[in-house]
Amino acid sequence: MTEKKLVVASSPHFRAHATVQTIMGDVLIALAPALAAALYFFGFKAFTVIAVCVLASVISEAAWQKLMGHPQTIKDLSAVVTGLLLAFNLPPTVPLWLAAFGSIFAIIVVKHFFGGIGQNIVNPALAARAMLLASWPVAMTTWAVDGMTTATPLALLKEGAVAILPTFSDVFIGHVGGCLGETSALALLLGGAYLLWRKVISWHIPVIYISTVFVLTALLGREGWMTGNPLYEIFLGGLMVGAFFMATDYTTSPMTKKGQVIFASGCGILTTLIRLYGGYAEGVSYSILIMNLFVPLIDKVTVPRIFGEVR
Amino acid sequence: MRLLTFRGGAHPPDNKHWTSEKPIEDLWPMGDFVYPMGQHIGAPCKPVVEKGDRVLVGQKIGEPQGPVSAAVYSSVSGTVKNIAELPTPPGMDVMSVVIENDGLYEEAGPLMSRSFEDLAPDELRAIIKDAGIVGMGGACFPAHIKLTPPADRPIDHVIINGAECEPYLTSDYRMMLEEPDKIAEGARILLQIFPQAHLHMAIEDNKPEAIRKMTEAFKGIDRASVDVLKTKYPQGGEKQLIFAVAGREVPSGKLPADAGCVVTNTYTVYEIRNAVVTGRTSLSRIVTVSGDAVATPKNLRVRLGTSFREVIEAAGGFVTPPIKVLAGGPMMGMSINSLDVPVVKGTSGIIALSEKAAPLNEEYSCIRCGRCVEACPMGLLPFKLNALSLKSDYTGFKNNGGMNCIECGSCSFMCPSKRHLVQSCREAKRSVIAAMKRKG
Repeated sequence: MTEKKLVVASSPHFRAHATVQTIMGDVLIALAPALAAALYFFGFKAFTVIAVCVLASVISEAAWQKLMGHPQTIKDLSAVVTGLLLAFNLPPTVPLWLAAFGSIFAIIVVKHFFGGIGQNIVNPALAARAMLLASWPVAMTTWAVDGMTTATPLALLKEGAVAILPTFSDVFIGHVGGCLGETSALALLLGGAYLLWRKVISWHIPVIYISTVFVLTALLGREGWMTGNPLYEIFLGGLMVGAFFMATDYTTSPMTKKGQVIFASGCGILTTLIRLYGGYAEGVSYSILIMNLFVPLIDKVTVPRIFGEVR
Repeated sequence: MRLLTFRGGAHPPDNKHWTSEKPIEDLWPMGDFVYPMGQHIGAPCKPVVEKGDRVLVGQKIGEPQGPVSAAVYSSVSGTVKNIAELPTPPGMDVMSVVIENDGLYEEAGPLMSRSFEDLAPDELRAIIKDAGIVGMGGACFPAHIKLTPPADRPIDHVIINGAECEPYLTSDYRMMLEEPDKIAEGARILLQIFPQAHLHMAIEDNKPEAIRKMTEAFKGIDRASVDVLKTKYPQGGEKQLIFAVAGREVPSGKLPADAGCVVTNTYTVYEIRNAVVTGRTSLSRIVTVSGDAVATPKNLRVRLGTSFREVIEAAGGFVTPPIKVLAGGPMMGMSINSLDVPVVKGTSGIIALSEKAAPLNEEYSCIRCGRCVEACPMGLLPFKLNALSLKSDYTGFKNNGGMNCIECGSCSFMCPSKRHLVQSCREAKRSVIAAMKRKG
């Protein structure tokens, strides 16, 4: 055996197995239970919305990179994740062209205008959702369960229509009105547990985010001080999908654990305030988007102490 | 029991099972020996033999120049064949003495039997200096300098580094199993040099057998203990080790002595013991030859100056073409471009890896996952230092603490985008140092 082609390279000479692709793959696996729940509760309509979002995301990324002469990165699976997450944030009755438009906006304007993966300053799926919600509010807030148009439990709570609220078990399993991927807290918790187990995410963001909402809704209450039903509240709306899958987005969340705690507390406070006192029933998307903008500042004030250096 | 450790780091697969049960074998090379005159930090030695001279085992062939230098001795008997600039493992050409091996291994003189109890610290230091011993962990700092801290820096912790946190390497482990009493004797010599200090034999908890043997050997030594460390890379990093064992941080830009500590490698202690008790100079080291490209991985006692080629042949040669051959471990070792380089004092292992074991990864964009920040044992932001280095913003690099980088490679190891984080830090550090030297 010869050693003619010995490669000289910088250490380290071997690397951990995780790649961007395996991480995104893990996120997709973690989203699978919620995907199954969406198909189960919303049927074929859910499938078409999801398919349109994923395809539009991947195709627009490929087309943009081709057009700009940038290297192709669709195989890192991040566009698939964005498409799926956006679909999860749309109502099952959304027009398909709207879904496609949102996906293209997410990928091209929010992600690639800022430099592509790792460079965007807000979460692409959430920004696209916010854009759609502002522009087509009716299409974006028409919910249906079993073919019947319905209000989300959060909207019912907001209107004080407490008498017709769904049961806790319906809320937990996901048999309620809402966006495709957010209704089944159970499925999202399973996915979240998988991400934690695979160490794709750490507990800091989801646990701090959800507990902040839990504590604040308990204290502030919808009927005044200490009147809240926090257990019910945390399983409603987009909190689970937001806490496990959106707020934990690497690119738009702080780098250090300390920063993540600050970030997640901010998300929790904003979500509670919007839900309880805002003009809109749901607060997760806007809270995370707003906190995304604080990330550079949070990163700046939570720089780790250099070992051996006195501050 | 709470295990001693530090913040950050990584858990690379240790791959020690290939050689951990292989007793150390002596290698008797047949080929020429090459002795680079610079096998230590500091000024290279001056050759004190001439072409055609006959030399014997233990004869001095390189005289130290300047204060931070360590003598070079012949580890073979034979004739000086050449004195020329020849390649070394780091890929540089260094003035070297080439000795044609006569295969006799004739000693320059008999070894002595000296008791060290009556020797003063300075006498011990002089013996160690004369023996040409350097830190065998890889940094190659002359041992006598380490053992001579400034007078205003009282030393209260002497740490023997038995962590051996680099994957694949098992040479220190085998020494702890096979020569615990001699290491303990070396520990007593260190305690005699530092009469105020407590000595820690620091071993990771994945080496229970070594912990057991060393605890046994340390029985009856006052002021000494075997300290069990959490298995984590880079636990054997000097600053990390000091923090784990003594709970102190070496101040930024300072030396262990500034934290009241002296750290030595396990085999260095063994060599110190040999120098003091038997008068044996630094002639050999234990080399772990391993990796999936090597036929029969083993631990070898290799005479300095032996070519890598002969060492690898002694381990059965290659079973599959290696893509990389490393001098040292996979986390911090250097990849070499030729097997015709000699084993030097700092060669802690020879690892040959196939493309399967050491894939050459494509680099992707940073996704800000923060794993490098998590892993950095120095509390740095490797992703940011990488960006600054790529922009040649060396002022920014310095302001973000880049000079504190210990080049352990934990950040690169963890990076899912396979970015060349530690490499860019190393390059930036060199540029900063070069600029500082230019300014004077």
